[in-house]
Amino acid sequence: MRIPTVFTPELQKQYHVTGRMVAMAGGLLFAVSAYLPWAYTGAALDNMSYLGGPSTLQFLGLTLGLIVAWCAAMGWIEPWADRRGFARPLIRVSKRVGWTRGSKAMGIGLLAYIVLILVVIAIELRGLVAVEWGGWVALVAALMAFVGTRLLIAGRAPSLERVRSAAWVEIVAIALILLLALLLVAYALNQNDGGIFLSIIAFAGALSAFVLRSGIGAWISEAGQKHRTVLVFSSFLVAFLFPFTQNGSDANMSIATQVLVFAATAVGLNIVVGLAGLLDLGYIAFLGAGAFTAATLSESAFATINWKPPFIVVMLIAGLISASLGLLIGSPTLRVSGDYLAIVTLAFGEIFRITMNNLDGQSGPNLTHGSSGIPAIPNLELFGFDFGKPHVVFGITLGRFSNYFFLMLLIMAVIVLVFTRLNHSRIGRGWVAIREDEKAAEAMGVNVFGLKLLAFAGGAFLAGFAGAVKAHVDVSVIPDQYVFLESAFLLAAVVLGGMGTVIGVILGATLLKLLPEKLRFVSEYRMLLFGLLMVVMMRFRPEGMIPNQRRALEFHSDDEELVQEIEEDLPYEFAEEKS
Amino acid sequence: MSTETVVEPTGHTVGRETILAARNVTMRFGGLVAVDNVDFTVHSGEIVGLIGPNGAGKTTFFNCLTGLYKPTSGEVRFMGEVLPPKPREVVVAGMARTFQNIRLFPNMTALENVMVGRYCRTSSMAFTSILHGPKFRREEAETRERAAELLEYVGMKGQGGHLARNLPYGDQRRLEVARALATDPKLLLLDEPTAGMNPQETRQAEELIFKIRDSGLAIVVIEHDMRFIFNLCDRVLCLVRGKTLIEGTAAEVQSDPRVIEAYIGSPENEEGGAHA
Repeated sequence: MRIPTVFTPELQKQYHVTGRMVAMAGGLLFAVSAYLPWAYTGAALDNMSYLGGPSTLQFLGLTLGLIVAWCAAMGWIEPWADRRGFARPLIRVSKRVGWTRGSKAMGIGLLAYIVLILVVIAIELRGLVAVEWGGWVALVAALMAFVGTRLLIAGRAPSLERVRSAAWVEIVAIALILLLALLLVAYALNQNDGGIFLSIIAFAGALSAFVLRSGIGAWISEAGQKHRTVLVFSSFLVAFLFPFTQNGSDANMSIATQVLVFAATAVGLNIVVGLAGLLDLGYIAFLGAGAFTAATLSESAFATINWKPPFIVVMLIAGLISASLGLLIGSPTLRVSGDYLAIVTLAFGEIFRITMNNLDGQSGPNLTHGSSGIPAIPNLELFGFDFGKPHVVFGITLGRFSNYFFLMLLIMAVIVLVFTRLNHSRIGRGWVAIREDEKAAEAMGVNVFGLKLLAFAGGAFLAGFAGAVKAHVDVSVIPDQYVFLESAFLLAAVVLGGMGTVIGVILGATLLKLLPEKLRFVSEYRMLLFGLLMVVMMRFRPEGMIPNQRRALEFHSDDEELVQEIEEDLPYEFAEEKS
Repeated sequence: MSTETVVEPTGHTVGRETILAARNVTMRFGGLVAVDNVDFTVHSGEIVGLIGPNGAGKTTFFNCLTGLYKPTSGEVRFMGEVLPPKPREVVVAGMARTFQNIRLFPNMTALENVMVGRYCRTSSMAFTSILHGPKFRREEAETRERAAELLEYVGMKGQGGHLARNLPYGDQRRLEVARALATDPKLLLLDEPTAGMNPQETRQAEELIFKIRDSGLAIVVIEHDMRFIFNLCDRVLCLVRGKTLIEGTAAEVQSDPRVIEAYIGSPENEEGGAHA
């Protein structure tokens, strides 16, 4: 299915000069419109009713407008400077940037951004009359930019990633991007208005569409590839700095910690689903097993086992219990393929929940107090560090959830380490081989059953780990927290983000967990919206938002262009062999 | 190669180590006798051909040899041991195979394909992989080096970075051989190694197989291309309707009228032989 195009190549050939002018004018007009009032009163979004004083959202719009104008202008500036011989090195680089493609993406993004804002204004202030004239000017400007950029001829594909750049430039770029992301996330999270939050997401979406289409994204990912350790460490550093941006408020840190628990579990599931290719629909049970283990061994007055080992030991036990459950369920079922495993794991998830409900002293031994679960789990105390008390660092108060956030960050680091190290090892190769052709893998001496079991039990172990912390974060553990729906959401995070990648899954998990927290509208219709999202993803991008390259190939086996592209990318490991 | 036995590349079988010995192998499926009382021996450093018209029981016999089927009666011994009926353990014991229709891992690079072949000869498990212990690093480096060596050995030097699916047909066949060799086999089973190849590629495949034989491995080839088989093999076993029709040197089998009859059929044979 191809979307019919209004802007045919013939039309583009005829009007591209006009298009460029219209696009530039549109972009500039949008930038100017940021100084005009968009809304009738200040009650909608962040106060957009002033003349001459752009609000933050208007300011973000201004940046987007300037980018469109700049991209469109580059179509003239570049050849002109080239002829005159100005700034040769800069022009050489500029020639590799897909300005036109970027401007097209930004044209769409700009339009989506302003439409979203106007709709939110209309909803919040009850009626389109509340949109001030500046808002309409901005809409017209965005429409001009959209139509103008559509009329441009896309031209050459960007090849910025081939530009050699100094290491410090790349590292600075990575650091700047991460810092920008931190600021944006911190700002977005501090907004209690769902409309503002959504607008910022739209802004980030437009910006990343531009970055990807213009080829700047390819350069960044190349840089990230080259300075892997820098990237990983600075990502964790940025995540580590996040609590310091919250001014001691625990509201966002609670969400952030929940997101982190969810994301860590999703990355664990990604080992099972993304690396080994086993469909596990009951993964939440392993998280639950870890949580219940930690709860029953905690200092809670409702804990049923009177043995209180230190938390490190509890975590290990939680992991081991989850892993043995994984072995128990895996060893009879992993001999069969795909669908059967999905059904068995689905059933296992339910069995787990019902069993936990029944261990209440009436239907069975009293381990979990049945459906009321184990409440009042006290805060952790590790090496004299009390997780329940706020601590003041550099004058900034870090509350209870910040403490758990740091602990989860550590666990996330462990899970990511396990994931990537396994992926790039003999075991990871075995998993890929099994996914590609199980029979051939077996005939080449790969221990198919053992590797599947390892993935299953290993994934379960990590989930148990995360579950042990979750028990203390949540204060209480009840069976109905661990329903099938949660497994489905975990799987959705993996599929949405990109099977087999870490960043993709973290992104997917963050979106799935954050949106319902921040947008009441989303949380009310969350099943409907996520269902819709999954259908759309499966149709247009089955490999996920940030796909693993090999996975992308498995989904698009007939896409020759992609095959070529990936092959050009792959041999970096084998460079010395090719010589 | 792992075989220590020194072999002159002349093709005599006397005084050689016996790699594979099948005695009185019979395989029944219900009332159907697919393989009937077949004897078969392979020595190190020799190439043995297995031929027969379609439905002669070649594949069944092949599966008995590779341990996929347990024969109804009789036994197959590999290096003096009865093989466990698990494909993986057969590989570990030292028997590697290629497939009639190529079964590479298409979305892995050529080098990675061969590295998968090294799986059963390496042993770093989860912990050392995660911790990047010295054993893991040494093994990874060795695996990579060995895989690159094998690619060079089969004539694919410098192509390690290509995805298997993008390789030309002949190279895919060679890659399969390299992957099989990566498991350090003593016996290599090639299932129609020249199917779909042009004459030039067939000749290259022949050279490669000789080269592997000269390194001391035993090779069993199933093939339909008669010229290829008789050029290549020291001995040929011809199966017809599950029974040994004849076993002997290439020249003996080639000139035997019954072989020709089995393939082409004789006027008085109303079943037409080939469809037995």
